[in-house]
Amino acid sequence: MIDALQMEFMRHALLAGLLVSLVCGVIGTLVVVNRIVFLAGGIAHAAYGGIGLAIFLGWPFLAGTLGVALAAAAAMAAVTLRARHRADAVVGVIWAVGMAAGVVLIDLTPGYRSDLMSYLFGSILAVPAAELAEMAAVAALVVAVVAAGYPGFLAMSYDPEFARIRGVPVAALYVLMLALIAASVVIVIRVVGLILVIALLTIPPFIAESFSGSLRGMMVRASVLSALFTVSGLLLSYALDLTSGATIILVAAAGFGGALLWRRLFPGRPVQAG
Amino acid sequence: MEPEPQSPETVIEVRGLGFSFDGHPVLEEVNLRVRRGDFLVLIGPNGGGKTTLLKLILGLLPPGRGEIVVLGTSPRRAARRVGYVPQNVHVNRSFPISVHDVVRLGSLGAGGRFFRRSPTAEAAVRAAMEEMGVWELRRKRIGQLSGGQLQRVFIARALVSRPEILLLDEAMASIDAQGRAEFYDLLAELNRSATIVAVTHDTMMLSPRVKSVACVNRRLHHHDAGEITPELLEAAYRCPVDLVAHGIPHRVFEMHRED
Repeated sequence: MIDALQMEFMRHALLAGLLVSLVCGVIGTLVVVNRIVFLAGGIAHAAYGGIGLAIFLGWPFLAGTLGVALAAAAAMAAVTLRARHRADAVVGVIWAVGMAAGVVLIDLTPGYRSDLMSYLFGSILAVPAAELAEMAAVAALVVAVVAAGYPGFLAMSYDPEFARIRGVPVAALYVLMLALIAASVVIVIRVVGLILVIALLTIPPFIAESFSGSLRGMMVRASVLSALFTVSGLLLSYALDLTSGATIILVAAAGFGGALLWRRLFPGRPVQAG
Repeated sequence: MEPEPQSPETVIEVRGLGFSFDGHPVLEEVNLRVRRGDFLVLIGPNGGGKTTLLKLILGLLPPGRGEIVVLGTSPRRAARRVGYVPQNVHVNRSFPISVHDVVRLGSLGAGGRFFRRSPTAEAAVRAAMEEMGVWELRRKRIGQLSGGQLQRVFIARALVSRPEILLLDEAMASIDAQGRAEFYDLLAELNRSATIVAVTHDTMMLSPRVKSVACVNRRLHHHDAGEITPELLEAAYRCPVDLVAHGIPHRVFEMHRED
């Protein structure tokens, strides 16, 4: 294992994994407690259309993908805030259309041979230093915004109606949360792929929820769990010569199963605040 | 529309209020005047529009027609001076939040600040929790509390901002029969400093502590005394009702024919 760390690509992969874990722990916690996993999945798949658009028009990856992801997030925010009971279907439409548009746009791009797998499962073993810097910047931004608005995000997530009565700008915070999800998803997809993003946004926060006494504690636990799964999955995939993204997901799934078993064997263990 | 000036003792004034949901009328021609210091109980069947009326008074819903004036201003502006204890205290019980943090939500927005915790706000949180006897529970996770404890925590949250009006939606629903008398004593105590409007679908919940009663079933029938007469109930309910209160013997009303 030590020799694995001697290689630069492996060090980059581990660093990328840790940054992804931080972002996914914080944002994934908001996604899980607000019960918008489907919506986050929709944004991630719509971002796919952005990848196709960027390739087709020859734009920089970030401009095209982030633009489309933010537009999708804005559309979903508008639908969810105005007609909550219609939101599910509309998110499904945006999800499918984004993905299909991405594939067709890549088909239409002359001379471009796309490897679908690399976008689905990412290429964590091939992260250049420049992208690590971008990821670090987005991670810092996401953590700073969530920390600054923490009481507002907590109030909105726990009881939006009461928060509105107290004058908390719930609608604005909701739109901001979706924008943060879009930014996180875009930067994370590029490195670890679409499927791993959704897995890391949901599995670690879901495990962390039942062991945490506060939203902040859930974010910290989810980030730590995510880092644990990412690093051990990465080393396991290296040792067994398996696809790294898929191995990380399976390790996370094993952790998920273990947590469910733990809760069943030791039910009602009191959780203290923190 | 500018609210008209009103006499100081009226804290809630509802005139000609109508509200529809998806084209289906929920409230029609509702008129209601609540004076400062009142302890009003709104009764009526499930789906009769009681919760909708509370949400309109809180400014959470815009009125379809008519006008609502709360504390001399619009419901949205007055909302921060109104305490609200919601009906569904059992939703979101798996949420990772401590009892202390739930009550802290009640101090949000004080002085226009959402994102800072001041020593005065912390003191107000503690005072409200001690008043409701839930200070000892502060480190518990919200999902560990019983229904009665939860109810007290949500009232404490509403009390943090020392509201002039306290609105309670089905507050007695999760309290057992023995706890109810005690709960009414508590509300009577709170009534010394705040006007109380409580909603219930269960007339068993009435108590001598109540000062006036109104029945809501799409329309509203106000009764300026703390008792319900069979006539009042019959006017409000379109369904059989068990009535045990104020010495009126237990009785079941006939089905009211549809008009």
